[in-house]
Amino acid sequence: MAFEARLSARLELQRQLTAPRFSLAVELDFGPGLNVLFGPSGSGKSTILALIAGLLRPDRGRIALASEVLFDSEQRLDRAPNERGIALVFQSLALFPHLTGVANVAYGVPRALGNAQRVERAMAWLQRLRVGHLAQRHPGSYSGGEAQRVALARALASEPRALLLDEPFSALDRELAGELSAELSSYVAPLAIPVVLVTHDRKLARELGREVTLLRAGRVEEVGSVSDLLAERA
Amino acid sequence: MNALEPLLLSFEVAVLATALATVLGVVLGGLLARPQLWAREVIDALVTAPMVLPPTVLGYYLLVLLGRESAIGHTFEALTGSAIVFTRGGAVVAATLGALPLISKAARAALESVDVRLVGAARTLGASSFRAFMSVSLPLARRGITSGVLLGFARALGDFGVTLMVAGNIPGQTRTASLAIYDAVLAGRDDDAARLALIMTTLAVAVLIGASYLTRQRRDGF
Repeated sequence: MAFEARLSARLELQRQLTAPRFSLAVELDFGPGLNVLFGPSGSGKSTILALIAGLLRPDRGRIALASEVLFDSEQRLDRAPNERGIALVFQSLALFPHLTGVANVAYGVPRALGNAQRVERAMAWLQRLRVGHLAQRHPGSYSGGEAQRVALARALASEPRALLLDEPFSALDRELAGELSAELSSYVAPLAIPVVLVTHDRKLARELGREVTLLRAGRVEEVGSVSDLLAERA
Repeated sequence: MNALEPLLLSFEVAVLATALATVLGVVLGGLLARPQLWAREVIDALVTAPMVLPPTVLGYYLLVLLGRESAIGHTFEALTGSAIVFTRGGAVVAATLGALPLISKAARAALESVDVRLVGAARTLGASSFRAFMSVSLPLARRGITSGVLLGFARALGDFGVTLMVAGNIPGQTRTASLAIYDAVLAGRDDDAARLALIMTTLAVAVLIGASYLTRQRRDGF
Protein backbone atom coordinates (compact mmCIF):
# COMPACT_ATOMS: atom_id res chain seq x y z
CA MET A 1 0.00 0.00 0.00
CA ALA A 2 1.35 3.38 -0.94
CA PHE A 3 -0.43 5.13 1.92
CA GLU A 4 1.95 7.22 3.96
CA ALA A 5 1.60 7.09 7.73
CA ARG A 6 2.42 10.66 8.67
CA LEU A 7 2.52 12.12 12.14
CA SER A 8 1.43 15.73 12.25
CA ALA A 9 1.14 17.97 15.25
CA ARG A 10 0.19 21.55 15.92
CA LEU A 11 1.02 22.28 19.53
CA GLU A 12 0.64 25.32 21.75
CA LEU A 13 1.60 25.30 25.38
CA GLN A 14 2.20 28.05 27.93
CA ARG A 15 3.91 27.32 31.21
CA GLN A 16 3.27 30.25 33.51
CA LEU A 17 4.77 28.72 36.61
CA THR A 18 8.18 27.87 35.27
CA ALA A 19 11.01 30.36 35.43
CA PRO A 20 11.83 31.58 32.88
CA ARG A 21 8.36 31.37 31.40
CA PHE A 22 8.20 28.75 28.72
CA SER A 23 6.01 28.92 25.68
CA LEU A 24 5.78 26.45 22.87
CA ALA A 25 4.09 26.95 19.52
CA VAL A 26 5.07 24.56 16.77
CA GLU A 27 3.71 22.91 13.68
CA LEU A 28 5.37 19.64 12.85
CA ASP A 29 4.95 17.04 10.17
CA PHE A 30 6.89 13.79 10.17
CA GLY A 31 6.85 11.17 7.44
CA PRO A 32 7.65 7.48 7.76
CA GLY A 33 11.26 6.74 8.59
CA LEU A 34 13.71 8.62 10.71
CA ASN A 35 13.02 12.29 11.44
CA VAL A 36 15.41 14.36 13.49
CA LEU A 37 14.25 17.08 15.84
CA PHE A 38 17.31 19.12 16.63
CA GLY A 39 17.73 21.93 19.12
CA PRO A 40 19.64 23.12 22.17
CA SER A 41 18.50 22.02 25.62
CA GLY A 42 15.50 23.97 26.81
CA SER A 43 14.16 24.43 23.30
CA GLY A 44 11.16 22.21 24.07
CA LYS A 45 12.16 18.97 22.38
CA SER A 46 11.27 16.61 25.22
CA THR A 47 8.07 18.52 25.92
CA ILE A 48 7.01 18.02 22.31
CA LEU A 49 7.52 14.27 22.59
CA ALA A 50 5.51 14.11 25.82
CA LEU A 51 2.72 16.11 24.19
CA ILE A 52 2.62 13.82 21.15
CA ALA A 53 2.64 10.70 23.35
CA GLY A 54 -0.23 12.10 25.41
CA LEU A 55 1.67 12.41 28.69
CA LEU A 56 1.18 16.18 28.64
CA ARG A 57 -1.77 18.07 27.26
CA PRO A 58 -1.31 21.06 24.97
CA ASP A 59 -3.35 24.20 25.66
CA ARG A 60 -4.41 24.23 22.02
CA GLY A 61 -3.61 22.18 19.00
CA ARG A 62 -4.19 19.05 17.01
CA ILE A 63 -2.28 15.79 16.73
CA ALA A 64 -2.96 13.27 14.01
CA LEU A 65 -1.34 9.98 13.11
CA ALA A 66 -2.12 8.61 9.64
CA SER A 67 -5.85 9.22 9.24
CA GLU A 68 -6.59 9.21 12.94
CA VAL A 69 -6.93 12.32 15.10
CA LEU A 70 -5.37 11.76 18.53
CA PHE A 71 -5.90 15.19 19.97
CA ASP A 72 -7.95 18.16 18.92
CA SER A 73 -8.56 20.99 21.35
CA GLU A 74 -11.43 22.37 19.28
CA GLN A 75 -13.28 19.06 19.21
CA ARG A 76 -12.30 18.39 22.84
CA LEU A 77 -10.78 15.16 21.65
CA ASP A 78 -7.95 13.70 23.71
CA ARG A 79 -6.99 10.05 23.33
CA ALA A 80 -5.31 8.48 26.36
CA PRO A 81 -1.60 7.66 25.94
CA ASN A 82 -2.35 3.93 25.98
CA GLU A 83 -4.77 4.35 23.09
CA ARG A 84 -2.40 6.26 20.85
CA GLY A 85 -0.06 3.47 19.83
CA ILE A 86 2.92 5.77 20.14
CA ALA A 87 5.99 4.39 21.90
CA LEU A 88 8.31 6.79 23.67
CA VAL A 89 11.86 5.97 24.69
CA PHE A 90 12.75 8.39 27.48
CA GLN A 91 16.18 9.90 27.84
CA SER A 92 16.35 8.13 31.21
CA LEU A 93 15.09 4.99 29.36
CA ALA A 94 12.57 4.39 32.17
CA LEU A 95 13.12 0.65 32.29
CA PHE A 96 11.03 -0.90 35.05
CA PRO A 97 13.59 -1.65 37.78
CA HIS A 98 11.45 -4.33 39.41
CA LEU A 99 11.04 -6.40 36.24
CA THR A 100 13.51 -8.61 34.38
CA GLY A 101 14.62 -7.76 30.88
CA VAL A 102 12.14 -10.06 29.23
CA ALA A 103 9.30 -8.86 31.47
CA ASN A 104 10.18 -5.24 30.60
CA VAL A 105 9.93 -5.98 26.89
CA ALA A 106 6.85 -8.20 27.24
CA TYR A 107 5.06 -5.38 29.11
CA GLY A 108 4.28 -3.57 25.90
CA VAL A 109 3.56 -6.56 23.67
CA PRO A 110 -0.15 -6.41 22.78
CA ARG A 111 -2.13 -8.22 25.45
CA ALA A 112 -4.41 -9.86 22.91
CA LEU A 113 -1.65 -12.43 22.55
CA GLY A 114 -1.41 -15.04 25.25
CA ASN A 115 1.25 -14.82 27.95
CA ALA A 116 3.46 -17.49 26.39
CA GLN A 117 3.36 -15.76 23.05
CA ARG A 118 4.08 -12.35 24.59
CA VAL A 119 7.19 -13.71 26.29
CA GLU A 120 8.24 -15.39 23.04
CA ARG A 121 7.80 -12.12 21.17
CA ALA A 122 9.79 -10.27 23.84
CA MET A 123 12.62 -12.80 23.66
CA ALA A 124 12.77 -12.43 19.90
CA TRP A 125 13.14 -8.65 20.17
CA LEU A 126 15.82 -8.95 22.85
CA GLN A 127 17.76 -11.33 20.63
CA ARG A 128 17.30 -9.12 17.62
CA LEU A 129 18.87 -6.26 19.55
CA ARG A 130 21.58 -8.66 20.69
CA VAL A 131 20.71 -8.55 24.39
CA GLY A 132 19.06 -11.97 24.74
CA HIS A 133 21.44 -12.70 27.61
CA LEU A 134 19.78 -9.98 29.70
CA ALA A 135 16.34 -11.64 29.66
CA GLN A 136 16.48 -12.85 33.25
CA ARG A 137 18.44 -9.93 34.70
CA HIS A 138 17.09 -6.71 36.18
CA PRO A 139 17.89 -3.30 34.65
CA GLY A 140 19.98 -2.28 37.67
CA SER A 141 22.76 -4.56 36.43
CA TYR A 142 22.85 -3.35 32.80
CA SER A 143 25.56 -1.25 31.24
CA GLY A 144 24.52 1.96 29.46
CA GLY A 145 24.54 0.34 26.04
CA GLU A 146 22.67 -2.73 27.26
CA ALA A 147 19.96 -0.63 28.91
CA GLN A 148 19.62 1.36 25.71
CA ARG A 149 19.11 -1.79 23.68
CA VAL A 150 16.54 -3.24 26.08
CA ALA A 151 14.63 0.06 26.05
CA LEU A 152 14.60 0.05 22.25
CA ALA A 153 13.49 -3.59 22.20
CA ARG A 154 10.66 -2.72 24.60
CA ALA A 155 9.47 0.16 22.44
CA LEU A 156 9.63 -1.84 19.21
CA ALA A 157 7.95 -4.90 20.73
CA SER A 158 4.87 -2.80 21.51
CA GLU A 159 4.26 -2.61 17.75
CA PRO A 160 3.90 1.16 17.80
CA ARG A 161 2.42 3.19 14.97
CA ALA A 162 4.99 5.88 15.71
CA LEU A 163 8.19 5.83 17.73
CA LEU A 164 9.60 8.76 19.70
CA LEU A 165 13.19 8.71 20.92
CA ASP A 166 14.40 11.32 23.40
CA GLU A 167 18.19 11.80 23.20
CA PRO A 168 18.50 8.05 22.84
CA PHE A 169 22.28 7.82 22.85
CA SER A 170 23.20 10.64 25.19
CA ALA A 171 24.38 8.27 27.91
CA LEU A 172 26.70 6.35 25.59
CA ASP A 173 30.21 7.05 24.43
CA ARG A 174 30.78 8.23 20.87
CA GLU A 175 31.68 4.83 19.44
CA LEU A 176 28.77 2.97 20.99
CA ALA A 177 26.36 5.73 19.98
CA GLY A 178 27.51 5.47 16.38
CA GLU A 179 27.13 1.71 16.39
CA LEU A 180 23.62 1.82 17.85
CA SER A 181 22.42 4.65 15.65
CA ALA A 182 23.46 2.71 12.55
CA GLU A 183 21.56 -0.31 13.85
CA LEU A 184 18.55 1.79 14.72
CA SER A 185 18.09 2.76 11.09
CA SER A 186 18.02 -0.90 10.12
CA TYR A 187 15.34 -1.73 12.70
CA VAL A 188 12.97 1.08 11.88
CA ALA A 189 13.35 1.16 8.10
CA PRO A 190 11.15 -1.93 7.42
CA LEU A 191 8.45 -0.71 9.82
CA ALA A 192 7.43 2.27 7.69
CA ILE A 193 6.30 4.24 10.75
CA PRO A 194 7.27 7.80 11.65
CA VAL A 195 10.24 7.78 14.00
CA VAL A 196 11.08 11.06 15.70
CA LEU A 197 14.51 11.31 17.23
CA VAL A 198 15.30 14.24 19.47
CA THR A 199 18.89 15.30 19.89
CA HIS A 200 21.13 18.26 20.58
CA ASP A 201 24.11 16.36 19.13
CA ARG A 202 25.00 17.90 15.78
CA LYS A 203 27.15 14.97 14.73
CA LEU A 204 24.46 12.41 15.49
CA ALA A 205 21.84 14.49 13.69
CA ARG A 206 24.06 14.60 10.62
CA GLU A 207 24.65 10.85 10.72
CA LEU A 208 20.99 9.98 11.05
CA GLY A 209 18.73 12.39 9.34
CA ARG A 210 17.80 13.14 5.83
CA GLU A 211 15.61 15.91 7.10
CA VAL A 212 16.01 17.90 10.26
CA THR A 213 13.60 20.14 12.12
CA LEU A 214 15.50 22.88 13.86
CA LEU A 215 13.97 24.01 17.12
CA ARG A 216 14.82 27.06 19.19
CA ALA A 217 13.06 28.42 22.27
CA GLY A 218 9.80 26.61 21.62
CA ARG A 219 9.59 27.61 17.94
CA VAL A 220 10.48 25.81 14.73
CA GLU A 221 13.33 27.77 13.25
CA GLU A 222 13.82 25.85 10.05
CA VAL A 223 13.02 22.57 8.38
CA GLY A 224 15.37 21.23 5.80
CA SER A 225 17.95 18.72 4.78
CA VAL A 226 20.75 17.93 7.19
CA SER A 227 23.46 19.19 4.91
CA ASP A 228 21.83 22.59 4.46
CA LEU A 229 20.91 23.22 8.07
CA LEU A 230 23.69 21.74 10.10
CA ALA A 231 26.75 21.59 7.89
CA GLU A 232 27.75 25.22 7.92
CA ARG A 233 27.37 25.48 11.68
CA ALA A 234 29.51 22.49 12.51
CA MET B 1 -8.30 -12.29 85.03
CA ASN B 2 -7.40 -14.03 81.82
CA ALA B 3 -4.55 -11.89 80.48
CA LEU B 4 -4.50 -13.63 77.16
CA GLU B 5 -8.06 -12.80 76.16
CA PRO B 6 -7.66 -9.01 75.78
CA LEU B 7 -4.35 -9.51 73.99
CA LEU B 8 -5.84 -11.91 71.48
CA LEU B 9 -8.78 -9.58 71.01
CA SER B 10 -6.42 -6.63 70.44
CA PHE B 11 -4.54 -8.68 67.90
CA GLU B 12 -7.68 -9.75 66.08
CA VAL B 13 -9.08 -6.22 66.00
CA ALA B 14 -5.72 -4.81 64.86
CA VAL B 15 -5.37 -7.34 62.03
CA LEU B 16 -8.87 -6.59 60.72
CA ALA B 17 -8.42 -2.84 61.14
CA THR B 18 -5.03 -2.89 59.42
CA ALA B 19 -6.42 -4.87 56.49
CA LEU B 20 -9.26 -2.36 56.14
CA ALA B 21 -6.99 0.66 56.58
CA THR B 22 -4.48 -0.75 54.07
CA VAL B 23 -7.05 -1.04 51.30
CA LEU B 24 -8.51 2.39 52.11
CA GLY B 25 -5.09 3.94 52.72
CA VAL B 26 -3.56 2.75 49.44
CA VAL B 27 -6.58 3.94 47.45
CA LEU B 28 -6.50 7.30 49.27
CA GLY B 29 -2.71 7.56 48.95
CA GLY B 30 -3.01 6.82 45.23
CA LEU B 31 -5.62 9.55 44.80
CA LEU B 32 -3.67 12.03 46.92
CA ALA B 33 -0.52 11.37 44.88
CA ARG B 34 -2.29 12.65 41.77
CA PRO B 35 -1.46 16.35 41.34
CA GLN B 36 -4.71 16.94 39.46
CA LEU B 37 -6.91 15.81 42.35
CA TRP B 38 -9.22 18.60 43.40
CA ALA B 39 -8.68 19.96 46.94
CA ARG B 40 -6.24 17.19 47.73
CA GLU B 41 -4.61 18.97 50.64
CA VAL B 42 -8.04 19.41 52.24
CA ILE B 43 -8.75 15.70 51.81
CA ASP B 44 -5.31 14.82 53.16
CA ALA B 45 -5.90 17.06 56.18
CA LEU B 46 -9.27 15.40 56.86
CA VAL B 47 -7.72 11.93 56.70
CA THR B 48 -4.87 13.07 58.96
CA ALA B 49 -7.14 14.81 61.49
CA PRO B 50 -7.63 11.65 63.59
CA MET B 51 -3.95 11.89 64.55
CA VAL B 52 -4.44 15.25 66.27
CA LEU B 53 -8.10 15.37 67.32
CA PRO B 54 -9.07 14.27 70.84
CA PRO B 55 -10.42 10.70 70.86
CA THR B 56 -13.67 12.00 72.34
CA VAL B 57 -14.28 14.18 69.29
CA LEU B 58 -13.67 11.26 66.92
CA GLY B 59 -15.74 8.94 69.07
CA TYR B 60 -18.57 11.44 69.07
CA TYR B 61 -18.56 11.67 65.26
CA LEU B 62 -18.48 7.91 64.92
CA LEU B 63 -21.42 7.52 67.30
CA VAL B 64 -23.40 10.06 65.29
CA LEU B 65 -22.38 8.49 62.00
CA LEU B 66 -22.60 4.78 62.87
CA GLY B 67 -24.93 4.66 65.91
CA ARG B 68 -27.98 2.40 65.83
CA GLU B 69 -30.23 5.33 64.95
CA SER B 70 -28.02 6.55 62.09
CA ALA B 71 -28.66 5.61 58.46
CA ILE B 72 -25.43 3.63 58.19
CA GLY B 73 -25.79 1.92 61.55
CA HIS B 74 -29.43 1.11 60.91
CA THR B 75 -28.74 -0.37 57.47
CA PHE B 76 -25.79 -2.37 58.76
CA GLU B 77 -27.88 -3.80 61.58
CA ALA B 78 -30.74 -4.66 59.21
CA LEU B 79 -28.33 -6.50 56.93
CA THR B 80 -26.17 -8.33 59.46
CA GLY B 81 -28.36 -8.49 62.55
CA SER B 82 -25.67 -6.81 64.62
CA ALA B 83 -25.02 -3.15 65.41
CA ILE B 84 -21.68 -1.52 64.70
CA VAL B 85 -21.31 0.45 67.90
CA PHE B 86 -20.54 -1.31 71.19
CA THR B 87 -19.55 -4.47 69.36
CA ARG B 88 -16.28 -5.84 68.08
CA GLY B 89 -17.09 -4.08 64.79
CA GLY B 90 -16.99 -0.76 66.63
CA ALA B 91 -13.54 -1.59 67.98
CA VAL B 92 -12.36 -2.40 64.46
CA VAL B 93 -13.73 0.91 63.13
CA ALA B 94 -12.00 2.82 65.93
CA ALA B 95 -8.67 1.10 65.28
CA THR B 96 -9.03 1.59 61.51
CA LEU B 97 -9.46 5.32 62.00
CA GLY B 98 -6.24 5.41 63.98
CA ALA B 99 -4.26 3.40 61.44
CA LEU B 100 -5.63 5.08 58.30
CA PRO B 101 -3.68 8.37 58.38
CA LEU B 102 -0.39 6.56 58.98
CA ILE B 103 -0.99 4.24 56.04
CA SER B 104 -2.41 6.80 53.62
CA LYS B 105 0.42 9.25 54.38
CA ALA B 106 3.05 6.57 53.84
CA ALA B 107 1.30 5.38 50.66
CA ARG B 108 1.06 8.91 49.30
CA ALA B 109 4.73 9.64 49.97
CA ALA B 110 5.85 6.29 48.54
CA LEU B 111 3.69 6.65 45.44
CA GLU B 112 4.80 10.24 44.89
CA SER B 113 8.41 9.13 44.97
CA VAL B 114 7.87 6.73 42.05
CA ASP B 115 9.49 8.20 38.93
CA VAL B 116 6.64 9.65 36.82
CA ARG B 117 8.55 8.64 33.71
CA LEU B 118 8.14 4.97 34.63
CA VAL B 119 4.39 5.43 34.83
CA GLY B 120 4.51 7.42 31.58
CA ALA B 121 6.47 4.63 29.91
CA ALA B 122 3.86 2.10 31.05
CA ARG B 123 1.08 4.27 29.60
CA THR B 124 2.77 4.65 26.21
CA LEU B 125 3.30 0.88 26.18
CA GLY B 126 -0.46 0.43 26.24
CA ALA B 127 -1.23 0.20 29.96
CA SER B 128 -4.41 1.81 31.28
CA SER B 129 -3.85 4.09 34.26
CA PHE B 130 -5.19 1.31 36.50
CA ARG B 131 -2.80 -1.28 35.08
CA ALA B 132 0.11 1.15 35.33
CA PHE B 133 -0.78 1.77 38.98
CA MET B 134 -1.02 -1.92 39.82
CA SER B 135 2.00 -3.13 37.86
CA VAL B 136 4.43 -0.21 38.19
CA SER B 137 3.53 2.32 40.91
CA LEU B 138 2.40 -0.14 43.55
CA PRO B 139 5.32 -2.60 43.31
CA LEU B 140 7.82 0.27 43.36
CA ALA B 141 6.12 1.88 46.36
CA ARG B 142 5.87 -1.43 48.18
CA ARG B 143 8.53 -0.81 50.82
CA GLY B 144 7.20 2.58 51.83
CA ILE B 145 3.65 1.27 51.97
CA THR B 146 4.67 -1.79 54.01
CA SER B 147 6.45 0.43 56.50
CA GLY B 148 3.27 2.52 56.81
CA VAL B 149 1.20 -0.62 57.25
CA LEU B 150 3.45 -1.76 60.11
CA LEU B 151 3.09 1.63 61.81
CA GLY B 152 -0.65 1.46 61.24
CA PHE B 153 -0.76 -2.00 62.78
CA ALA B 154 1.14 -0.80 65.85
CA ARG B 155 -1.26 2.11 66.15
CA ALA B 156 -4.34 -0.11 65.69
CA LEU B 157 -3.06 -2.49 68.35
CA GLY B 158 -3.07 0.21 70.99
CA ASP B 159 -6.15 2.33 70.41
CA PHE B 160 -7.85 3.37 73.63
CA GLY B 161 -9.99 6.51 73.56
CA VAL B 162 -12.01 6.04 70.41
CA THR B 163 -12.51 2.36 71.19
CA LEU B 164 -13.89 3.23 74.60
CA MET B 165 -16.26 5.82 73.08
CA VAL B 166 -17.73 3.69 70.28
CA ALA B 167 -17.17 0.13 71.43
CA GLY B 168 -17.28 0.42 75.20
CA ASN B 169 -15.41 -1.93 77.49
CA ILE B 170 -17.14 -5.28 77.18
CA PRO B 171 -15.04 -8.25 78.34
CA GLY B 172 -14.38 -10.69 75.51
CA GLN B 173 -16.12 -8.37 73.05
CA THR B 174 -14.46 -4.97 73.02
CA ARG B 175 -12.12 -5.02 76.01
CA THR B 176 -8.82 -4.88 74.18
CA ALA B 177 -5.44 -4.94 75.87
CA SER B 178 -5.25 -1.16 76.31
CA LEU B 179 -8.69 -1.14 77.95
CA ALA B 180 -7.74 -4.12 80.10
CA ILE B 181 -4.72 -2.18 81.38
CA TYR B 182 -7.01 0.71 82.32
CA ASP B 183 -9.30 -1.70 84.19
CA ALA B 184 -6.38 -3.38 85.92
CA VAL B 185 -4.97 -0.07 87.12
CA LEU B 186 -8.36 1.10 88.40
CA ALA B 187 -8.88 -2.19 90.20
CA GLY B 188 -5.40 -2.09 91.74
CA ARG B 189 -4.23 -5.21 89.87
CA ASP B 190 -0.79 -3.76 89.29
CA ASP B 191 0.81 -7.05 88.19
CA ASP B 192 -1.73 -7.54 85.43
CA ALA B 193 -1.29 -3.96 84.29
CA ALA B 194 2.50 -4.25 84.30
CA ARG B 195 2.47 -7.52 82.39
CA LEU B 196 0.12 -6.26 79.70
CA ALA B 197 1.99 -2.96 79.44
CA LEU B 198 5.28 -4.78 78.95
CA ILE B 199 3.84 -7.03 76.24
CA MET B 200 2.27 -4.09 74.41
CA THR B 201 5.50 -2.12 74.58
CA THR B 202 7.56 -5.04 73.29
CA LEU B 203 5.16 -5.56 70.39
CA ALA B 204 5.12 -1.87 69.46
CA VAL B 205 8.91 -1.54 69.58
CA ALA B 206 9.36 -4.70 67.51
CA VAL B 207 6.98 -3.36 64.86
CA LEU B 208 8.72 0.04 64.83
CA ILE B 209 12.11 -1.63 64.38
CA GLY B 210 10.66 -3.62 61.50
CA ALA B 211 9.31 -0.46 59.91
CA SER B 212 12.57 1.47 60.19
CA TYR B 213 14.50 -1.53 58.87
CA LEU B 214 12.32 -1.43 55.78
CA THR B 215 12.90 2.29 55.17
CA ARG B 216 16.63 1.94 55.77
CA GLN B 217 17.00 -0.86 53.22
CA ARG B 218 15.23 1.31 50.74
CA ARG B 219 17.79 4.07 51.23
CA ASP B 220 20.66 1.61 50.81
CA GLY B 221 19.20 0.63 47.47
CA PHE B 222 20.45 3.81 45.84
